[in-house]
Amino acid sequence: MSAVANAQVDDHAHDDHGHHHKETFVTKYIFSQDHKMIAKQYLITGVLIMGFIGIAMSLMFRMQLAWPGESFSIFEGLLGKWAPEGVMDADVYLALITMHGTIMVFFVLTAGLSGTFSNLLIPLQIGARDMASGFLNMLSFWMFFVSAVIMVISLFVEAGPAAAGWTIYPPLSALPMAQPGSGMGMTLWLVSMAIFIASSLLGSLNYIVTVINLRTKGMSMTRLPLTIWAFFVTAIIGVISFPVLLSAALLLIMDRSFGTSFFLSDIFIQGEVLHYQGGSPVLYEHLFWFLGHPEVYIVLLPALGITSEVMSTNARKPIFGYRAMVASILAIAFLSTIVWGHHMFISGMNPFLGSVFTFTTLLIAIPSAVKAFNYITTLWKGNLQLNPAMLFSIALVSTFITGGLTGIILGDSALDINVHDTYFVVAHFHLVMGISALYGLFAGVYHWFPKMFQGRMMNKNLGYVHFWVTAICAYGVFFPMHFVGMAGVPRRYYENTAFPMFDELTDVQVLMTVFALIAGAAQLVFVYNFVRSIFYGKKGPKNPWKSNTLEWTAEVKHIHGNWDGPIPEVHRWAYDYSKTYENGEYIIKGQDYVPQHIPLQDDEEEMNH
Amino acid sequence: MTTLLILTVLVLVAIAIWQMGKIFELSQLKADASRAQIANDTDNKNQGYLLFAFLIFIYAITIFSFVKYSKFLLPEAASEHGPGYDQLMWVSFAVIFFVQTITQALLHYFGYKYRGEEGKKALFYADNDRLEFIWTIIPVVVLAGLIIWGLYSWTNIMDVNEDDDPLIVELYAQQFNWTARYGGADNVLGDASVRLIDINRANVMGLDEADPNATDDVIVKELHIPVGRKVNFYMRSQDVLHSAYMPHFRAQMNCVPGMVTEFSFTPTITTEQMRLNPEVVDKVKRTNVIRAEKAAKGIPNNDPWEFDYILLCNKICGTSHYNMQMKIIVETEEEYNEWMKSQKTFAETVLPVQ
Repeated sequence: MSAVANAQVDDHAHDDHGHHHKETFVTKYIFSQDHKMIAKQYLITGVLIMGFIGIAMSLMFRMQLAWPGESFSIFEGLLGKWAPEGVMDADVYLALITMHGTIMVFFVLTAGLSGTFSNLLIPLQIGARDMASGFLNMLSFWMFFVSAVIMVISLFVEAGPAAAGWTIYPPLSALPMAQPGSGMGMTLWLVSMAIFIASSLLGSLNYIVTVINLRTKGMSMTRLPLTIWAFFVTAIIGVISFPVLLSAALLLIMDRSFGTSFFLSDIFIQGEVLHYQGGSPVLYEHLFWFLGHPEVYIVLLPALGITSEVMSTNARKPIFGYRAMVASILAIAFLSTIVWGHHMFISGMNPFLGSVFTFTTLLIAIPSAVKAFNYITTLWKGNLQLNPAMLFSIALVSTFITGGLTGIILGDSALDINVHDTYFVVAHFHLVMGISALYGLFAGVYHWFPKMFQGRMMNKNLGYVHFWVTAICAYGVFFPMHFVGMAGVPRRYYENTAFPMFDELTDVQVLMTVFALIAGAAQLVFVYNFVRSIFYGKKGPKNPWKSNTLEWTAEVKHIHGNWDGPIPEVHRWAYDYSKTYENGEYIIKGQDYVPQHIPLQDDEEEMNH
Repeated sequence: MTTLLILTVLVLVAIAIWQMGKIFELSQLKADASRAQIANDTDNKNQGYLLFAFLIFIYAITIFSFVKYSKFLLPEAASEHGPGYDQLMWVSFAVIFFVQTITQALLHYFGYKYRGEEGKKALFYADNDRLEFIWTIIPVVVLAGLIIWGLYSWTNIMDVNEDDDPLIVELYAQQFNWTARYGGADNVLGDASVRLIDINRANVMGLDEADPNATDDVIVKELHIPVGRKVNFYMRSQDVLHSAYMPHFRAQMNCVPGMVTEFSFTPTITTEQMRLNPEVVDKVKRTNVIRAEKAAKGIPNNDPWEFDYILLCNKICGTSHYNMQMKIIVETEEEYNEWMKSQKTFAETVLPVQ
């Protein structure tokens, strides 16, 4: 630290004497407080392990839907007593869809996505040596880990895991006599989620404080890369909405275990009247969706942030409309907290309330449209480097548009009446938040893999194979699914054979399942590429994608504190790609990008950032 | 056709992999090994072409789905508000497909057109207020139109009132079946509560025997409604959430324990008429071919099917959620009255106190 010239950097150096100590295996790989290690822990636990479980479950119930009542030895092996003679049981079907939803939404796309990339990128891109509190960060991961373990344990309890749908609406989820999964399985679900929420809050608070306080010199808010804006706003939405889910979970625990009547009233089940009086399941729906809807954006915004950064870098062009992008993120964040009622148009709540939510819901289409158009314009007249990360980003915009457009139908209370809770909804949200967020996640992994694993790069050809098979299959699964929904097939049906009017749709189900199975197999290519590249990946240049952001100036080797010397100072925004003087010459000769730490050159025009 | 599509996909995937292999070989020749995993001009070219092919794939799967699956969609709406609902739906779809076709084309075409080449210069183009204003204002105007139209329909559909002498029907949900209750001769439903349920005396819906309105109520397991008369549905559930979904009438409302929810519509097409609708005739024919095949294989419950309106449960409610249904029969006023006469009232069915 001899070359330290600037006081701010000096402070950091004092805060951060970790790298003078000898790290043991435990402090380095397990109870690590280093944000880069925690990011990798999230990636491996959240995305690889939980993602594997979640996707495997979806493949199993897709097989049941395509070939109802068929016997599969794989069911017998994996489901045991819940698949007598290899035929999936109706209760375990509901358990599988419930756990698939829970795991994918919360564990993979909330914790896995935000946890990985917020942790990795916030300190590196804003120029900080670590998170504001390394200890809280570690605590956040380990609470997440515990909640994941409890959720996985719940799969093995005697009566089966929670099976009331991922939204666990009471009374179904509250009464053990209503279905087997509402016993011990549901208790574990609630305990796991309570811990998960605490973990998420610790993480979010840390992200917010870090972004506000630890930006390096010159890194004003309007110079932040859009990734950081997205992570920052996501964390704020999380802090606002997750506590409401906690309250819903706590009240549900009380209804279940202590005989209160927050959500229950007038129930006669299995031959007896229960004592509950005066509660309302609709109250639960309000509380759940007060989180549940912002949750969609908690999942999606980080993916959009990653896309902005990856797309701009690989297009060799500034992101189009930076300020509009930031404004859209803020508008989406604000609106996302006042649209939850569109999940409840026909829940029995006052229809006037439905009108209000229709209005706010369709408003949220506007910033989303602006974002989509801005991405398309970013590609226009670029010099596109079609790396796997770039392809995933382009595909994200594609599925975001396809899935988002059908939101116009579902957000319209009148039109929602007949497609509510059908496969139309399933197709809509899988494209717009499931697949889009996964694409954002993959884009991030391919793009920042060298940053996570000391310069090693993932194999691009395997990446291309992974991308194209996934992209084709994702549409192959979810495009035809809209028609199944429009034909009136309800979601969460164990089989559709009880209704002759659905008989001819079996062929569509088979088509979707075949695509799903191929897509599942393609993810194994990714896993192979990922694991192999950790150990044998070719080392690339320090800044492989010729990117402007600060993380590529940090040391390739992971050191505690990120930069060996002083933290770089920032002089410009993150998007000076292909910027030229008036005579058409690049700002830096022979280089089409100007990293953020390069001072403004003589005669260079600053871009109001 | 399905098999063909799957085969096409597999062929495309195989081509993609083969291309990858070629690129891989080519990239090995490059001297700079450290840049081996970064897209070079060959990659950009191949992936650019593939992006264009992907655009064609998106269009193809759209057209394929429309051609193949349009016939699976629900037949013409059988309720008074239904045609208006369908019209709004098709206008929304027109908007969606217009935007989808254009944006996907731009996105993928740009991906193909501006694929990278060594030495090519990208345009530094960071902002254009006018463009951004245009694509903010266009969605605002289009959405405003759809919102106003949608809210107008919504307000009309959800306005449940007692004008025009509606038939009063209660839909009663429980795991895993439906029961319907008519107001009877006075067309008024008697009070009911789950606390009054007395299975031993066949009072399964918990009607209040002290309420004179309840005595003439008619409880049935098959819903009959006269064509052309408004029906007001009042929904109750005795255990968990259910949802009364009547897709042919574009009608749905959740059944919530502890409260009474409501929905109202006027059926316009009788079951008999609907069975003669050409779309429905075709559908029944196609379905019965499938059912005959299954029956030949010895799969049970595959007798020939005759079209009927149906009430489904559309809110996850437990093990047999997938088979919670009730037949709906829309008939003429006379047929309805005839049927109603043959039903027993609550007073006739409830057993006396022992």
